[in-house]
Amino acid sequence: MAELMVDARSVRKRYGSNEVLKGISLTVTQGEVLCIIGPSGSGKSTFLRCLNHLESINGGRIYVNSELMGYREVGSVLHEMKPSEIARQRMSIGMVFQRFNLFPHLTALQNIIEAPIGVAGMNQDDARNLGLDLLKQVGLSDKADLYPFMLSGGQQQRVAIARALAMKPKLMLFDEPTSALDPELVGDVLDVMKSLAKAGMTMIVVTHEMGFAREVADQVVFIDNGQIVEMGTPKQVLDNPQEERTKAFLNKVL
Amino acid sequence: MAVAPQPQTDNSDDVVAVPLRHPWRWVFGIIVTVLLAAFIWALVSADSIQHDIVFRFLFDSRILIGMLVTLGITVLCMFIATVLATLLAIMKLSPNPLLRWISTGFIEFFRGTPLLLQIVFWGYLGIIFPNIVLGIPYTDVIFQSWPTSQVIPALLAGVIALSLNEAAYSAEIVRAGILAVDSGQVEAAKSLGMSGGYTMRRIILPQAMRVIIPPLGNEFIGMLKNTSLLQVIAVTELYTVASKISSANLAQIELLVVSGFWYLVMTTVLGFPQRALERKYGKGFVAAAGGKLLKVSRL
Repeated sequence: MAELMVDARSVRKRYGSNEVLKGISLTVTQGEVLCIIGPSGSGKSTFLRCLNHLESINGGRIYVNSELMGYREVGSVLHEMKPSEIARQRMSIGMVFQRFNLFPHLTALQNIIEAPIGVAGMNQDDARNLGLDLLKQVGLSDKADLYPFMLSGGQQQRVAIARALAMKPKLMLFDEPTSALDPELVGDVLDVMKSLAKAGMTMIVVTHEMGFAREVADQVVFIDNGQIVEMGTPKQVLDNPQEERTKAFLNKVL
Repeated sequence: MAVAPQPQTDNSDDVVAVPLRHPWRWVFGIIVTVLLAAFIWALVSADSIQHDIVFRFLFDSRILIGMLVTLGITVLCMFIATVLATLLAIMKLSPNPLLRWISTGFIEFFRGTPLLLQIVFWGYLGIIFPNIVLGIPYTDVIFQSWPTSQVIPALLAGVIALSLNEAAYSAEIVRAGILAVDSGQVEAAKSLGMSGGYTMRRIILPQAMRVIIPPLGNEFIGMLKNTSLLQVIAVTELYTVASKISSANLAQIELLVVSGFWYLVMTTVLGFPQRALERKYGKGFVAAAGGKLLKVSRL
């Protein structure tokens, strides 16, 4: 059996007295694609951000690649990790954001090679070659020296994917990667994600693209109100939902 | 960017209209011109200003050296102040309450007391603390002791006073610049495994610079003029030199004109490096890269 990449055990997250994650448990094995769907405010993005410890959790455990995220467990006592240790953990988890979050003062290529050079210690030439390869992979070879504002939303998002891939992550997190895009630009980004999935990348994708989920996902999770309502293959969850809430949601979006 | 060849545009049905006229702009323009001309004429024709004295001292070597001292102090103080201000701004945004408290206290103190008072304080430090002592506090153990007035001569006292005061003001400018950077930038940096310090250096500050430079340019000009306050502790900068000369030859107005002229020249010239910096850090931002986005309407 394939190795566990993500093991989330009853993850809870509160903002003040507002509990946004009420015990989420799921596992993702290596090479698997998990799509998380659900209404806005359901906690799906928050859960994704907990996975690389952009948000700390209030309860439960998250293991990525068999490592407990954000804490060291000594006996039964949890110790907060130092920022440098958390940074090291994040190096193997790529993340793509809804609003791209490219660095506006750097060109497309510079965006991609900043972390490999500055964080992973790669030399300039290797990083440059890697960056150009990745740009080719996302179909933007001719945009290397353009600044983000000169690119369309779809192009920016593909650069952002290349930037995350440059750190050679074992896991990729996508937080509604096509929600901020014009409809005709969505396809290019989804194509890049599909080819990534085919190449065997482990991916967790928060998305409203049901077509993508149906085609690419190994597992689909429907989250509502901070809880997993239904989980299974795309066929089970999207085509034959058992829960009323899932049915109601799918009726609205499909 | 690859641009597809455009077909020839057909202008034949363009709107043809008489441009809107702005008669009041002409009226105000004439009024302002007349007033300005009258003022300049008053200056030129005033009997109390001896123009030959102005021209004689305009290029006097003492004045020119004083100007260089002023420029040197300004550049040095702004450099120290900017470095210190960046540290203070980062401290004030730090999750560490002690650092926050120190930074806030520093800023409040140096903004809250008059600059002139601070200059006099540093200048007269030798009277308050005659000796600078290296030893163990609250005991009689002394390793080494130096007379303060030798360690901190007037020039150094002036540089310290101006730098610390300016750091307090600039810290808020730098902090505003840091806060202006989108929080998504920090998240993206974190997700790539960048440390806090690395993110600040390579991602946040370069973007903050775009917001910081215009007001910092203002501070630079303010600093250039504030160096004249160092006259009270007898630092030989431009204004001190000019007032020394005028107290000997009693041509006060003429030497004010001379020093005023050079201050104006320096502040004008300093605008050029500022614009160069704005272009450098504006790369990647639409407004700065495009340059002339504002349409200039005619008179």
